[in-house]
Amino acid sequence: MLGLNAKDAGLFLLVTIMVILAPLILNPFPEGSELAQFNAGYPDLMQRFVIFGIFAIGFNILFGLTGYLSFGHAAFLGVGSYAAIWMMKLLTLNVIPAIIMAVIFAGLFALLVGFVSLRRSGIYFSILTLAFAQMSYALAYSVLTPLTGGETGLQIKSTDSPLLSNLANGEIGRANLFGLEMGSSFEWGVGNWLFTFNAGYYIAGIVMLMAFYMSIRIFRSPFGMMLRAVKSNQQRMNYTGLNSKPYTLAAFVISGMYAGLAGGLLVAMDTQVGPERMFWTASGEVVLMSILGGVGTLIGPVLGAGMIKYMENIISKINDNILHQWFAFLPDGMEDFVVFLIHPFIGKGWHLTLGLVFMAVVIFLPGGLVEGGQRIGRLFRRKKRDGAVGDAAKTPAE
Amino acid sequence: MEVIVLQVLNGLDKGSAYALIALGLTLIFGTLGVVNFAHGALFMIGAFCAVTLNRILSLSHEVIDPDKTDFLGNPLAVNVPYVYDWFGEAAGQGIINWSVPLALLFSIPIMIIVGIAMERGLIKHFYKRPHADQILVTFGLAIVLAEIIKYYYGANPIPTPAPPAFSGSFDFGALIGLENIIYPYWRIIYFSFAMIIIAAVFAFLQFTTFGMVVRAGMVDRETVGMLGINIDKRFTIMFAIAACVAGLAGVMYAPINSPDYNMGMHFLVLSFVVVVVGGMGSLPGAVLAGFLLGILESFASLGVVIDLLPGINQIIIYLVAIVVLLTRPRGLMGRKGVMEE
Repeated sequence: MLGLNAKDAGLFLLVTIMVILAPLILNPFPEGSELAQFNAGYPDLMQRFVIFGIFAIGFNILFGLTGYLSFGHAAFLGVGSYAAIWMMKLLTLNVIPAIIMAVIFAGLFALLVGFVSLRRSGIYFSILTLAFAQMSYALAYSVLTPLTGGETGLQIKSTDSPLLSNLANGEIGRANLFGLEMGSSFEWGVGNWLFTFNAGYYIAGIVMLMAFYMSIRIFRSPFGMMLRAVKSNQQRMNYTGLNSKPYTLAAFVISGMYAGLAGGLLVAMDTQVGPERMFWTASGEVVLMSILGGVGTLIGPVLGAGMIKYMENIISKINDNILHQWFAFLPDGMEDFVVFLIHPFIGKGWHLTLGLVFMAVVIFLPGGLVEGGQRIGRLFRRKKRDGAVGDAAKTPAE
Repeated sequence: MEVIVLQVLNGLDKGSAYALIALGLTLIFGTLGVVNFAHGALFMIGAFCAVTLNRILSLSHEVIDPDKTDFLGNPLAVNVPYVYDWFGEAAGQGIINWSVPLALLFSIPIMIIVGIAMERGLIKHFYKRPHADQILVTFGLAIVLAEIIKYYYGANPIPTPAPPAFSGSFDFGALIGLENIIYPYWRIIYFSFAMIIIAAVFAFLQFTTFGMVVRAGMVDRETVGMLGINIDKRFTIMFAIAACVAGLAGVMYAPINSPDYNMGMHFLVLSFVVVVVGGMGSLPGAVLAGFLLGILESFASLGVVIDLLPGINQIIIYLVAIVVLLTRPRGLMGRKGVMEE
């Protein structure tokens, strides 16, 4: 199907179904119940899941395949965002030109950065990309203020009148796709459940599926094999007479374009940008996403992105009162003690939880969540085989 | 002339901090071969040692002062630090004022413990793993340490004053026959302190048997091990020393910029650039590049330069790093064959 083998097609189909049904799946708890705060099925968060999924998929094409660890990927996201918002301010509020411009500009910027940075490898490459990203951030924050809005960033204001959108005087434009507004959603109430199907989410979701499909094709293509060769032994590759530079540069630019696409989509959803999107912590975040999910796997980065965005939104919402409710069944002293123990990890402390989870993953599960899933799967399969074959299964699993 | 001297001086204090952190990073990299992204966190912990000692010394209890009254006419309750009770008021106040220099002593055992715990508990298990894994796990550790500090000390910068004797400025120009170079005492002290620490580290490596073994281990770890020397133990001690250097740099930096939980990360990014510019694995290179970049940064902040090239002060360090890496791939003083996979 679609030029994929059965296994990949199955994976793609699964992801497609997940994306389509996400508003249902992510809203398992009825409205007003104690667990409703764990619902992730509201448009803003779901949009972030898929958009950062795209960002992480792109990052994974570079890091997962070639092994080049870029610490400055947020710069491309930022450049894409700025390009997109200028399209919306000047030309049209339709999101398609904005997203296309975002991809083009991010690609060009990635070409420039990649051309310079890829002359070095290893940690030098990481530092070079970091240096470029920090430079873009510093410039966007200070000198380029006329272009980037400096600290306040850019928003669509009532004074903007894009050429092709007929706005009434003083009307604040809203991002749309041929008239379908990004913010518009259809709500479906079933019993106590309220499901929100948001236009913006589905548009971002479709783009994400396309991006995911592209990444599967890249992984399975001869080009992808070349990139893997770069990762496993670049020297040997050079000895066989192949110049690896065009391949790594292509991977870098593709990955930068993915970041630009994510940046453009972010603007399409919330029509604002600030320079903090390019700060190095944002670059660090996409590294965390890929590692957490599983570097070099197809679905890993998407899982990682989803998990981090979920933690960011849900764990940071939990507070002491909610904890007291959960542990109300314990004796009073115990209850206070347990809440006291958990307190540093919730609310504003969610970064602490993130850091610990991340460290645990790097230490114990270098392959990320995907490897974790595979290990569990293998455990069950081996048990079955153990029963049937007996000592044939004694060969170690790894 | 005055302007040039002043800018060089201004660059020295930041340059000292960069040089000290870069020195520790290079020590760790040269000995253990680990790229330590948590080194900035050690710098931050040092700064918070100063904050903590200041708070401990200021611990106080309430005493009713019969002589004074508050605005309602009741006897006034005054907070009296415990050190006043023990050493008398004047000496007690002196101790509190001198909490930052005292924190140097306070921080050394803490940094050694933190350093050894980090190396034995975590980094030891990452020698055989790829550099990317080392970067990632120490990056995670840096997040965790910063968040722990944030939890206990809050997110706001905490002002930590220098001793009053050094809090003012003086006319540095008068010393060298120039006019109008007003420079804070503490920054001169910071620079001298950095020089002493750097000299001490170099002397330790150069003139002691322990240092000689460590240097030999940096060149060829296996052979040194085969000679019956427990090189791992020595490298652990070197890690603790590197942690100490970062911590002491942090303690002394607290009066210059009020410490907050993010300062480690801020300095770390720049220090990595410094290390790479200086040359991975080269101790003199790290120190040289630290001062060089600090001074360059301060020159780029001159009004004249900013008028000419707006924004240059923000990006000069990165710009220099890019140029150096592309023209001298090993950095200014890098050794051959280090990190060139």
